[in-house]
This record gives sequence, C-alpha cells and structure tokens, in this order.
Amino acid sequence: MSLAMTSPTRTGRGVLYLALALCALVAIFPVLYMGMISLQPAEQAMSDAGMLLPASPASAASDGAANYGSVLTDGTVNFPLYFRNTLVIALLSVTGVVVSSVIVAYGFARVSWRGRQCCFIVMLATMMIPFPVVMVPLFVIFRSLGWIGTFLPLWVPAWFGSAFSIFLLRQFYMTIPRELDDAARLDGCGHMGILLRILVPLSLPALLVVALLHFMFVWNDFLGPLVFLTHRDQYTLALGLELYMSRLGTTPWNLLMAASTIMVAPVLLLFLLAQRSFIEGISTSGTKG
Amino acid sequence: MRWRNTGTGLLWISPWIVGFACFTILPLALGVWYSMTDWTLLEAPIPVGTENYERLLGDQVVHVALWNTLLYIVITIPLLTVASIALAILLSRPARFQALWRVAVFAPSVLPLVALATIFKLMYDGELGVVNRGLDAVGVQGPEWFASETWAMVAIILMNLWVVGPAMVIYLASLRDVPRDLNEAASIDGVTWWGRLVHVTLPMISPVILFNVIIGLINAAQVFVVPYIMTGGGPNRGTYFWSMYVYDAAFRYGDMGYASTLGIVQFLAILLLTIGLLLVGRRFVFYRGAMP
Repeated sequence: MSLAMTSPTRTGRGVLYLALALCALVAIFPVLYMGMISLQPAEQAMSDAGMLLPASPASAASDGAANYGSVLTDGTVNFPLYFRNTLVIALLSVTGVVVSSVIVAYGFARVSWRGRQCCFIVMLATMMIPFPVVMVPLFVIFRSLGWIGTFLPLWVPAWFGSAFSIFLLRQFYMTIPRELDDAARLDGCGHMGILLRILVPLSLPALLVVALLHFMFVWNDFLGPLVFLTHRDQYTLALGLELYMSRLGTTPWNLLMAASTIMVAPVLLLFLLAQRSFIEGISTSGTKG
Repeated sequence: MRWRNTGTGLLWISPWIVGFACFTILPLALGVWYSMTDWTLLEAPIPVGTENYERLLGDQVVHVALWNTLLYIVITIPLLTVASIALAILLSRPARFQALWRVAVFAPSVLPLVALATIFKLMYDGELGVVNRGLDAVGVQGPEWFASETWAMVAIILMNLWVVGPAMVIYLASLRDVPRDLNEAASIDGVTWWGRLVHVTLPMISPVILFNVIIGLINAAQVFVVPYIMTGGGPNRGTYFWSMYVYDAAFRYGDMGYASTLGIVQFLAILLLTIGLLLVGRRFVFYRGAMP
C-alpha cells in the first residue's frame, strides 16, 4: 500500500501478478511435490522418468492407496499409534496452555500491582531462552521425577503458562474497555467473575489463536519428544517419521512422502481453515510488543 | 492499596511463577552446577571446577560447531531479512486475491520442520531431486548437494526461504502502519521508488526489523531439526551445529557435565549477541515517538 506505484500501468499490473503467482507457486511447490510423489509407484518415484505427475488419475488413486496403506500398516513404525500419541499430547498441552494463560494474562492486564511491569518484562525475556540450553538439566529433573519415557514432560509444563500465549492474551485483554469490568464489579463480580463473564467471552478469537499456535507447536515439535521419549510405542509423528526414514533408508521416496503427507495434512488443514486469525495472531506479536 | 494488590497480582500470575522457577530458573542453575562436574548419570556428579570449560577451548568439535553456527547465522539473517521484507512489500500491493497469495506464501511455514526437511532432502537429491533436474533443464550441472560441506550448508540455508512466513506477516502489518502521506509527499517531490523505500519505508519499520532480526538470531543460534534430518551434521561435520553437539554430548556420549557446559556457553553467547544487537540497533532504529 505505502509503496504503491503512482500510476499503475498495464505492464506494471502484469509484472505484479506474475511475481505474485511465481512466489505463491514456489512457496507451495514442496507440498505439491510431496503429494505428487506420494501417489506414484516406487519405480516411477525412483527412476528419472516423469518425476512430477503420476501417469494417470486412475494409477494415482491405486498407487496412492497402496503407498498410504503400506505406511499405515508398517510392522515397525506404527503411524496410527503415533498419530494418536501426538493428538493426546497436543490436546493435554493445549488445554493447559489455554487455562493457565487465561489466568496469568488477567494478572498482567487487569490487576494493578507493584512489580507487574518488571515481571512482564522478565516473562518476555524468557521467550528468548532456547530449548537446547535447558534441555540437559530438564532431562535430569524429569528423570529424577521418573517422567522420562512418559508423556508428562511434553504437556505438564504447558499447564504453567507459555510466555508467548500469555503475552498474546494480555495484549488482547488490554483492548477490552475497563468500563465493562467496573459494571461487572457493581453487579457484585470479583476478579474471577470479571474474567469468566467479561474477558473470556470477549476474547474467544484470541483464545482460538493461542490454542491453534500452541497445537501446531506441539504437533511440529521434534527435539522435545526426541529427548524425553524412550519407548517406540510412545513416539509422536515427528519421531515416527524420522524413525521410518532411518529404518527404510531414503530409497522408497514414495512411501516417505506418503508418511510426510500424513503428518502435514492436519496442520495444513487447520491453517487453511483458520488462516485469518492465525496470521493476525502472529502479526500481533511483532507490532504491538 | 497497591501493596495489597501485589498479593492479588502475584496470586494471579502464580502459575507462571511456579513454571518459571521449575522449568527455567532451576534448569539454568542446575546447568551451571553440572557444567562444573564430571557426570555420566551413573554415579553422583564429581566436581571438577572449570575443567569442562578448559576442555571446550581446545575441543576441535567445538571449533567446527561454533564456526558452522556462526556462518549459518551470518548468512541466514540477512538473507531472511531481505526475503521477508521483499515478500511483504510485494504482498502489500493492492491486488486481486490478496488473501490467496498471502496464504500460499505463508503455508510452508506452518509445516512440521521434520516433514519439510524430508521433502527438501528428496528435492536436493543428486539424481532424483527436482532441484538438479531444474538446473539440468537450464544447462547447469547441479552439485551432489549432500556430498560437499559447502553445498550441504547452502542447501540448509536456502531451505529457510520457505519458512519466512512469521517474519513476513509481521513486516506486512508494520508496512500498513507507515503513514501514506509521507510516501505521497516524497513521491510528489520526485523521490524514486527506491529512494522512498530506503529513506521513508525502511526507517519507519526499523524497530520491527530489529525485532525480527533478534528473533531470527535466537532461532538460527539453536538450529537443530533441519540439519539433523537432512544431513545428520555431515558430510565431514560440515553442517554440524552447536545444538547438535549439546544433544550428542548428553544423549549419545552420556557426558551430562560437558553437555551442560555447552548449553551454558550457548546461552551466554545468545544473551551477549542479543544485547549487542540491541545496543547497535539503538543507533540505527528510528522510533516514531522521537519524531519532532
């Protein structure tokens, strides 16, 4: 908008749409590629003949069914189980993040107290600590609790709030007029009443963003499960995909791409369904900080 | 009154305080302690003073991991900054199907890195991969990407262009906040498109650039998943990064003391680099609040 050309000529428009289409195509190419290869028979995926398009829609359907069937019924790498494990961890973790962040964000947005600003800045700073820095001591802590090889390390911390979610919710609470609080207080509401009757109902879109972003974070996490899970039957999809690749070698690319598709499909679908709130949530983090 | 509120405030944020103490402060403190011990998890940690830190200075693998990580940071950040600003400017132009273009460009950023790295591993494959076939089609002989240290590093760095989404939408939002009349005034004064970009738009969004550069630095300094999947750190440790060494030291060699040392050094390095960037950034960033 700000850099709009002064007089958009016909060629100018043409170049613009060409650039947009090119960028969009390049961006989604890996996903298309993954889908295409997952619908090919091994000979085609492994030969240097037509790499992109399956031979015909009918062959794509039958080869696709064979590939996905082979991935889902693999004897060693149990993808349906990993799918369920990932879902269980994600749901427990998302519930925890939403519940705890709703409460903590209230403390930062609506209770005025000494040291609030200071605590808030400390909390923002903790977002800057990379996981690899604390993963070794965390492993030791969880080990002494007997949590290694269980799902607990992957979802219990979420119940203590995540800095990013608290930040997003707090920013959203700040936009809700305080007069509403005062009215509720006159009607006899305490803090809990204000939170549950005013702020939560009004911040449902923000809660959705927090839940979505956290769901994707958990779904995509690789290093956490890699460090904390030990038994194969507890693996998440991320670990399962890696295990599948290291077990088969990189040769059956059609199967590997089918497995990747299984992992990618839910997040991609969620993103497409909620893309608007998703993108808005992320831009909030950068411009209102 | 405010003091009484402090109790209430702390009570409300107490979940975070407990989590912060248990999952951030405690691990950091334990990390410092373990970093001064020799510990393989079998027996109690044996205090060794600064021995691990001295070992780190002379460790060849540390040198390689440090060099690779720094190289990766230094190339990735400018590349991503330019790419995400350019994409944001392109996508901020009024055009039909704007939401569609934005969703398409953002989409790969939501994919699990494990899956994205798997796809790119195939795309970069020397014989089968689409990258070398594309190069072939225009008459260029593509390299065996994962057989050379340099090309493997290039491959990993280039893959980052597909995950610019978050930075891009943040730039997009900040471009919306650049006052239109500033650009129009400059345009009437005959300032070219490039001149307006350099002298109006970029200064106006410079605080956001600094923000994104810092986030980019923190992400780049902990790079792990993509090289772990695509190259396993090879060939010849050519794409072996700091976080991979932390992981290997702890969970492959069982050397918890040394792994903690590596983690603490990583933490301090990121902290210092961030503070340095903030200090340098202060001289270049234009805050609108300071406008006369």
